[in-house]
Amino acid sequence: MNMTTLTAATTKTAQTKKSSIEARIDAKDEKDEPRELRVKPIKNGTVIDHIAGGQALNVLKILGISGTTDATVSVVMNVESSKLGKKDIVKVEDRELLEDEVNKIALIAPAASINIIRDYMVIDKHIVDLPNEIVGVVRCQNPNCISNTTEPIKSRMLVKAKNPVLLRCIFCEQPLTDRIAEYLI
Amino acid sequence: MREFSREEIDSVLDLAQTLEPYARGKRSDMLAGKILALLFFEPSTRTRMSFETAMKRLGGGVINLGPAEGSSISKGESLADTVRVIGGYADALVIRHPKEGSARLASEFSPVPVLNAGDGAGHHPTQTLLDLYTIKKEQGRIDDLEIALVGDLKYGRTVHSLAYALSLYGADVTLVSPPTLRMPEAIRNDLSGKGTRVREVCDLAKVVNNVDVLYMTRIQRERFPDPQEYNKVARSYRLTPQFLAGARKNLIIMHPLPRVDEISPDVDETPHARYFQQSFYGVTVRMALLKMLIGKGA
Repeated sequence: MNMTTLTAATTKTAQTKKSSIEARIDAKDEKDEPRELRVKPIKNGTVIDHIAGGQALNVLKILGISGTTDATVSVVMNVESSKLGKKDIVKVEDRELLEDEVNKIALIAPAASINIIRDYMVIDKHIVDLPNEIVGVVRCQNPNCISNTTEPIKSRMLVKAKNPVLLRCIFCEQPLTDRIAEYLI
Repeated sequence: MREFSREEIDSVLDLAQTLEPYARGKRSDMLAGKILALLFFEPSTRTRMSFETAMKRLGGGVINLGPAEGSSISKGESLADTVRVIGGYADALVIRHPKEGSARLASEFSPVPVLNAGDGAGHHPTQTLLDLYTIKKEQGRIDDLEIALVGDLKYGRTVHSLAYALSLYGADVTLVSPPTLRMPEAIRNDLSGKGTRVREVCDLAKVVNNVDVLYMTRIQRERFPDPQEYNKVARSYRLTPQFLAGARKNLIIMHPLPRVDEISPDVDETPHARYFQQSFYGVTVRMALLKMLIGKGA
């Protein structure tokens, strides 16, 4: 078997086994997107789809995934989406993100969907849902708030509304509505 | 104040009513053996002394943090650690601090109840309760009154707390301030969302004759980041007896004190002045709060 055949066979097998994650994740968007895969399917891990275009790096920030992470992370930004116009996709390999930690990304990506992948198959899928309280993710915009000092506390925001997002600092009660990405810790 | 229900407020005001004779000097040992710690990280006269008076009138003792320069604060101790330590010495803490949310933080670390005596430009709930008590005592009710809040509505924490509380009583609120000292939008939106009738004006003369309560405030130099901004709005309002010529007969004038020049001294002699009475009621209301928190059966 020559190299070309091997590559083709491997690709075919992978495409069959993964049952086209991209297709399953976003069947509607398939027709708008180029056929070729920009990032290869992952075997195990989490795929976060339908992130508003340009917000992928902020999503990583919320998830605590920094440049020093050991995980294999793929980021696709600003691909065509019939639903969002432009969307970003994040794939985190070999790590199944917990619902609670992923739900926090609804702060900036309320339409995002979470797909848990095992052996190339989507075994769980859900739309993010903001929890009632966000801890240690967004700092209060009030510079005189006690949470913006060296006191041994984490920022805490109550979620007063989900669409549009309205947060309220549990300490000083200052609301935060727009520009949430600017206040990510 | 946002978290208080009307029933909770009314229960404080009702208890205060029964304790008023003790505020006037009747002896009591209701809080004998109890200790109240006063942690004032900002200057205070009325609030600090009225808490101290309230505690002592009820037979309790008081300990003071003292000047921050001579305490552990100057060594860099966190507020969280300070309240944990002092909470071990006392039965309740009273805290005033320049940072918003400081009382909330203190309540999470303190082993004993914490009373907020003012947190930055945030809230001053015990002042609000004594304001409500004053209105109830002097007007006979709080419901459905027409009330004007005047002066520094941006940085003035007393008016922020009071506005929230008035929203529970169906009050009609007029906000009178220079354009740069308007009540924060978030609070105005909250009030409107609760169904409170709120209007804003700059001219005090337009509202004096149409309200039951005139709540004056000082424009606070210490809250302005830029002294030039303070100078632009200082002395925006000055209430004189001439201003009150067409006022309603039942109008009462309140002020959290200290006043500077927003109320002329000769207004003190008019039948409308209530600010010194209001200041006295601070002892009564703080007695009620202390009794509820650390009295027998608390």
